Amino acid sequence: MAKVIVITSGKGGVGKTTSAAALSAGLALRGHKTVVIDFDVGLRNLDLIMGCERRVVYDFINVINGDAKLHQALIKDKRLENLFVLPTSQTRDKEALTQDGVERVIGDLRQEFDFIICDSPAGIERGAFLAMYYADEAIVVSNPEVSSVRDADRMIGLLASKSRLAEQGTEMPQTLLLTRYDVERVEKGEMLKVEDVQDILAVPLLGIIPECPSVLQASNIGTPVILDEKSNAGRAYAEAVGRMLGDELPVTVPRGAKRGLIDRLLGRSA
Amino acid sequence: MSGNEQGARQVNSITEDSAPFQLRAASLTLLTLKLVNPADPDFFPRLATMLSLAPGFYRNAPIVLDLSGTGARPPVDLAEFCARLTELGINPVGIQRANAAWERAAVAAGLPSFPTGRATEAPTASKEPAKAASGGTRIIAEPVRSGRQVYAHKGDLIVIGPVSHGAELLADGHIHVYGALRGRALAGMSGDKTARIFCRVLEAELVAVAGLYMVNEQLEPALLGKPAQIWFDGAAMVQQGL
Repeated sequence: MAKVIVITSGKGGVGKTTSAAALSAGLALRGHKTVVIDFDVGLRNLDLIMGCERRVVYDFINVINGDAKLHQALIKDKRLENLFVLPTSQTRDKEALTQDGVERVIGDLRQEFDFIICDSPAGIERGAFLAMYYADEAIVVSNPEVSSVRDADRMIGLLASKSRLAEQGTEMPQTLLLTRYDVERVEKGEMLKVEDVQDILAVPLLGIIPECPSVLQASNIGTPVILDEKSNAGRAYAEAVGRMLGDELPVTVPRGAKRGLIDRLLGRSA
Repeated sequence: MSGNEQGARQVNSITEDSAPFQLRAASLTLLTLKLVNPADPDFFPRLATMLSLAPGFYRNAPIVLDLSGTGARPPVDLAEFCARLTELGINPVGIQRANAAWERAAVAAGLPSFPTGRATEAPTASKEPAKAASGGTRIIAEPVRSGRQVYAHKGDLIVIGPVSHGAELLADGHIHVYGALRGRALAGMSGDKTARIFCRVLEAELVAVAGLYMVNEQLEPALLGKPAQIWFDGAAMVQQGL
């Protein structure tokens, strides 16, 4: 039974595409046939993060308009045999998305894939709306900081009221992925604590992804960060994938490592 | 359209206690209709469409015509204009901010002139009022998320859960929040000055009773973050810990 999961946030730049890439790769690594769709028409990034930007021939909009078949647009990932990418158009914009077209494409994908991950654009307009409308579940991404938490709250409200599941009277399961969690800044009080975020959003926590230089490195070389075994962020994404698949893994809040005397004298961080 | 609060002053009654009447200043919340181009042929069709979005909210509503936007336009036949407004179900009761020419036309049409008061931003009547057209108390047992607007018509509003920043609660009666109130709460929307606001954790952006409002900065610092009630005692807004 295929599952359509939307990765959304409201706020831009919090880590939706990074997370969509990492979680999709993680699901494929665990043996599930997964496709990740870029809904950010006109500002596409998913193909860059996945490293397939030089292999895009046809895209999501071509398929919606009937210019190409779904299989002509799907790009098979070179590293993982279970992973496929449906890139979107860079020359069009979100007006090119139609509700019928999206419904049809997702319907076709449901026949073949175990997981369909929808990488939503930022905002609450058409692109974000269509990315979430047909979803079975939502992962709301937020940074531990006031503006993204407020936007996430708005998005949670929209998911609960404007999705198709909501229109049918069913509650959409939602989880929270807290990204770019900078331990030092949280401990200094510059960023919100997990409890504070939970107090406002009241949505179960899928995972906490620490702020990590490996994320930028991964996007530069076009590979999902979960495939970087040395990365803290990558490991946190792998745990999140485990929780998505039902593994019993309690979420641990990252804590600052203790700095020894020499480190403090020399100004080194642990 | 915007809500308008006429200045509230307690005037000493000039008669003795045995008098058959009492003359006092009252604070009323009224809708204003700002006229920009009343001669526009689209005026009434567009107004009719707007009123149809929330018919219960506007039915028989007293309305003040704000004439500040008419500029140098000559006055229209206000008697006939008002008759057409009445046909749409709203009741013009006076004018505001008119220049001399419009003022004369209004007097001729029997419309009194209201002094300008401080305008509060009344919430735009969204689709919410159309859905909750039935009266009675409304209970919401889930968090009210940012951007959501809830209006309890002709009754109280009870929320069991937090109310986020950017959310709006409106009620003709009282508002109770069994959780943190971080958004806006406007009680007594139809003019009931006895309406009160109660909450478990006071962190509201704005509170209002029958159009009289206070923003977060005007809340008692000692009450912030604590259980509180807010009401109007006839002279001023009162805040008290619960």
